[in-house]
Amino acid sequence: MYAFEIERPETVADAAAALTGEAQALGGGQTLIPTLKQRLASPEKLVSLAGIAEMKGVCTGDDGRLCVGGATTHATVAAEAGSFPALAELASHIGDPAVRNRGTIGGSLANNDPAACYPAAVLGAGATIVTNTREIAADDFFDGMFTTALNEGEIITEVKFPVAQKANYQKFVQPASRFAMVGVFVAQTAEGVRVAVTGASEGGVFRWSEAEAALSANFDASALDGLSLDADGMIGDLHGSPAYRAHLVKVMTGRAVKAAA
Amino acid sequence: MPKDGGIGAATTRREDVRFLTGKGTYTDDIQRFGQAAAVFARSQVANGLIKSIDTSAAAAMPGVLAIFTGDDFVDVGGNPAGWLINSRDGEPMKEPKRPVLAHGKVRHVGDAYAAVIAETAEQARDAVEAIEADIEELPAIVDMAAALAGDNYVHDEIETNQCFDWGWIEDNRAAVDEAIKNAPHVTTLELVNNRLVPNAVEPRSSMAEYNASDDSYVLHTTSQNPHLTRLLISAFVLGIPENKLTVIAPDVGGGFGSKIYHYGEEALVLAAAKKVGRPVRWTADRTESFLTDAHGRDHVTKIELACDKDGKFLAFRTETMANVGAYLSNFSTATPTFLHGTLMAGNYTVPVIYTNVKAVFTNTAPVDAYRGAGRPEATFSIERVIDKAARELGIDPMEIRRRNFIKADQFPYAGAAGLEYDSGDYHALMDKLEQKVDRAGFAARRAASEAKGKLRGLGINTYVEACGIAPSNLVGVLGSRVGLYDAATVRVNATGNLAIMVGAHSHGQGHETVFPQIVGEMLGIDPASIEIVHGDTSKIPFGMGTYGSRSLAVCGSAMVRATEKIIAKASKIAAHMLEASAEDVEFADGAFTVKGTDKSVGFGEVALKAYIPHEFPIEDIEPGLEETAFYDPANFTYPAGAYACEVEVDPDTGQVSIERFIAVDDVGNVMNPIIVQGQIHGGVGQGVGQALLEGAVYDSEGQLLTGSYMDYTMPRAADLPFVEIDNSCVTPCTHNPLGVKGCGEAGAIGSPATVVNAVVDALQSGGKDVTHIDMPLTPGRVWAAMQ
Amino acid sequence: MTDISMTVNGKAVSGSVEGRTLLVDFLRNDLRLTGTHVGCDTSQCGACVVHVDGLAVKACTMFAAEADGAEVATIEGQANADGSLNVIQQAFQDHHGLQCGFCTPGMVMSAAALLKDNPKPTEAEIRDYLEGNICRCTGYHNIVKAIMAASGQDVGAIAAE
Repeated sequence: MYAFEIERPETVADAAAALTGEAQALGGGQTLIPTLKQRLASPEKLVSLAGIAEMKGVCTGDDGRLCVGGATTHATVAAEAGSFPALAELASHIGDPAVRNRGTIGGSLANNDPAACYPAAVLGAGATIVTNTREIAADDFFDGMFTTALNEGEIITEVKFPVAQKANYQKFVQPASRFAMVGVFVAQTAEGVRVAVTGASEGGVFRWSEAEAALSANFDASALDGLSLDADGMIGDLHGSPAYRAHLVKVMTGRAVKAAA
Repeated sequence: MPKDGGIGAATTRREDVRFLTGKGTYTDDIQRFGQAAAVFARSQVANGLIKSIDTSAAAAMPGVLAIFTGDDFVDVGGNPAGWLINSRDGEPMKEPKRPVLAHGKVRHVGDAYAAVIAETAEQARDAVEAIEADIEELPAIVDMAAALAGDNYVHDEIETNQCFDWGWIEDNRAAVDEAIKNAPHVTTLELVNNRLVPNAVEPRSSMAEYNASDDSYVLHTTSQNPHLTRLLISAFVLGIPENKLTVIAPDVGGGFGSKIYHYGEEALVLAAAKKVGRPVRWTADRTESFLTDAHGRDHVTKIELACDKDGKFLAFRTETMANVGAYLSNFSTATPTFLHGTLMAGNYTVPVIYTNVKAVFTNTAPVDAYRGAGRPEATFSIERVIDKAARELGIDPMEIRRRNFIKADQFPYAGAAGLEYDSGDYHALMDKLEQKVDRAGFAARRAASEAKGKLRGLGINTYVEACGIAPSNLVGVLGSRVGLYDAATVRVNATGNLAIMVGAHSHGQGHETVFPQIVGEMLGIDPASIEIVHGDTSKIPFGMGTYGSRSLAVCGSAMVRATEKIIAKASKIAAHMLEASAEDVEFADGAFTVKGTDKSVGFGEVALKAYIPHEFPIEDIEPGLEETAFYDPANFTYPAGAYACEVEVDPDTGQVSIERFIAVDDVGNVMNPIIVQGQIHGGVGQGVGQALLEGAVYDSEGQLLTGSYMDYTMPRAADLPFVEIDNSCVTPCTHNPLGVKGCGEAGAIGSPATVVNAVVDALQSGGKDVTHIDMPLTPGRVWAAMQ
Repeated sequence: MTDISMTVNGKAVSGSVEGRTLLVDFLRNDLRLTGTHVGCDTSQCGACVVHVDGLAVKACTMFAAEADGAEVATIEGQANADGSLNVIQQAFQDHHGLQCGFCTPGMVMSAAALLKDNPKPTEAEIRDYLEGNICRCTGYHNIVKAIMAASGQDVGAIAAE
């Protein structure tokens, strides 16, 4: 690692003030620290968000949405998001137990790894990302691999999830990294069904609109019969071809529907 | 004699206490006053011409103490290959020099061309980035067939990428061709034995100290065989006299072959310690381990099995290309030849066998022996093609093997691949396996899987392997440049307890526990009074180390021989004490007794007498009680086994899960069953890993795509089931004193084909016309095969 | 450099570290607690698992400065007060749950974290929980068995041997 300093602010305001110049926010560090070890990043300063109490925890808002603080660990979401079981279940399978004790939802979303789980939940549930300066709808947040709508120094302070009527997340893991080779979050809401897919696409997390239309008409796995996802734009690597990933999206979508129903 | 804790007892391991409390001492745990750090500059390209290396900016960086490049080692030797292979035409193999640091060219990604010594590792890393190396990238040589056909060479000076073209047994070639031409049935299979990365969880590490007052060195290093490392450094690489170099392999966190070999980093830290006058340590990060540890396997093979209509085997013919990577690692030339070609008879009576192996240089990391080393490759080829033949002929997979097994009354059996198996009972192993498998219940289990939408398959496999490679006289004729004996010194202290200095190195195998069980039983004393000393060339007589499942069969035998010498000398001392003639004294249960009398003296009293030799026959017997034996086996040992595996395949995703795994092994006499079982568990884990998960992949530019655990799939707990083990079929080795055969590699040898056979069975049951899938059988590959 | 202090295995310690100093480096190099190991760079092998404020974390993927003020437990502090092996350590020895010993500290620390949350885990739960702990020696057979035994379950019937 290159040398840098660490600051540990206790408020969002102090964190925002510290995030200037070549400073970078440090969530749980479960992706950033391995990246730093490879000397692929050279921040002058890391601003740890782990000590900001106002960014931690799970609660239910007045509007019924489930609110998760940006510095909440996966383990805490798994344990405390019981009112949205699909989300709690998803969080309980991110990484491994030690990673879940450090990794945070804000860190995961800000990084937007194309194989991360949380982007599927946020996009699939139609959540809202709250930052220190604004609110961003999930549909406007993800902007391709490792890219988001966040500005420099902007901090994810909270994520608000509308609790779906029915929802489920199915992950088929890439066997080495244990990230999603394909992960599908299906949510049935009053406005219709949303299907968000992570792991599969070169463009990062995306909504499978054909499946959404079919499932909105008939929320049953059989509604997917006859649908197929174009392999064009799917990731191809030594773990699976684009065609395989496209196929898995359909399989995992069907399983998510079955599990949610 | 110890009733508990002797030979065969399930003694728990004494070494566990230090490992379980964080008190183990691995190389990276050792920290000396003033210790500096070494970090290597490694090639980013697979093949490149080093045009210039400018270290001036790096040298001026904070904390930098010294910088080395290939120029610093042109006058010293290279790291040699330990086995000379001659090609079919009699020409010796090509042996390009393997320098401490690359000079002139870099030949694989990760090839070190410079090293920085600095106060801290981070400072050294900073300085490495400041080295300005002008390296012109050249086209990479990755694919073996292309390497053999092309005129772009890994080593320009040898003007070929073929290291050797070996035939075994060359005189049988024509007979095999004839047998295959005339056979009623020939089954052909083309396969890849996937390249693996050993991945001991402890990365390699080396720390050197230099003492200017007497020009001596101490090297602490992650080694399976410190004496061999010392010999290579002294005799071939740096020329440090053996008496001035101590090599210590302290606790070592797994090896699996990768830590047998001498690596350039060891030489570098020695040279650096002298130059900077301070201890110098290098520890690999995992990426370096992936790039520079010797890899394993990597064969591309075509095998043909000729048989009659009843499935009686008539001939095997095999053509293999074996990747040796960019440089010859120490045992790299023996692995695909004498540890592979000689095993191509399997457990069977086959009239004629021929194997051709072409070893190929490529711009990839060196490839050498990895758990099993040649025998997994042989077993996989044989057992896959047999399985395919059985399907083609409509013969049950157990039955076709039984029809061809060497029978128990045929041992010793000299097979057509050149080895003489001393003992075995393959029918008994298969009978035991069949009993455990419950084939009658398989249809119901398959139906239950199908009810869940899964395909279920049963895979059967047998193996025989060769351990404790020997004897020196024979391997010398075959090209080995080392002897393959081992040594032990048994030191009885005055108060009757023992230190045993052994040449084998324990890095998980439990020698510290098991060796005392054996000697304790021989001497009739408590094993707890015996300490095992290993891993330090200044303390032990000599040793060839631990690999090839040889520790017990070879070093254990040396220890038995030394103990027998102890008993012989102690008997003389006892005879003197008992005022009897030595011939009249017998030793049993820890006491020397005059035959037919109750006159007796205990082992402890004799030991005391040896060191306080008052009233001692100094003219006839030296004081002291310490004996050394070197043991050179008469033959390999031949463990064998029969394995079965049941898998479920998810046809929607291609995901394979192992539902049952049964390993029936004959490893000879068992000294400690829990250790043996643990070795088999581990071997099966690695074999299943090869079959389903692991594979090192280079792209066409020679970049390692699987350079971390993010892309190289290590077996995890959820990938494996509990393994059902049976070691009740025992045919002792006939030529070593303990009747032991070795158990370290069996699981890794027997399991890959078992798993693949099971998956093919599952897919066929689902109506898929799939006869073979190359390992690893990842979900993506299995799914693709089904389409 | 940042001054930090924390409690490690019940003892107050302090030191001065760079921002980039990992918790594992502070433990190994500054405190000479070398039982916590490093086996990878990608936060996967788990040889470095320690407990921070009662939670299992990978000490290679946390900065020492982030542990300022924390309660840290390492393998060196796991034995009983009289120095004897604790229940988990003893089960690992009794059931041959380790070979080379390198992954063992992380395995023991992960097992302790698991059993704290789930005192009687099933085989599947144990295997699932160990996703972040890689062992190359044992095939996990005896590790899983040892953890079941440590939780008081009868392991006599596991896999006919």
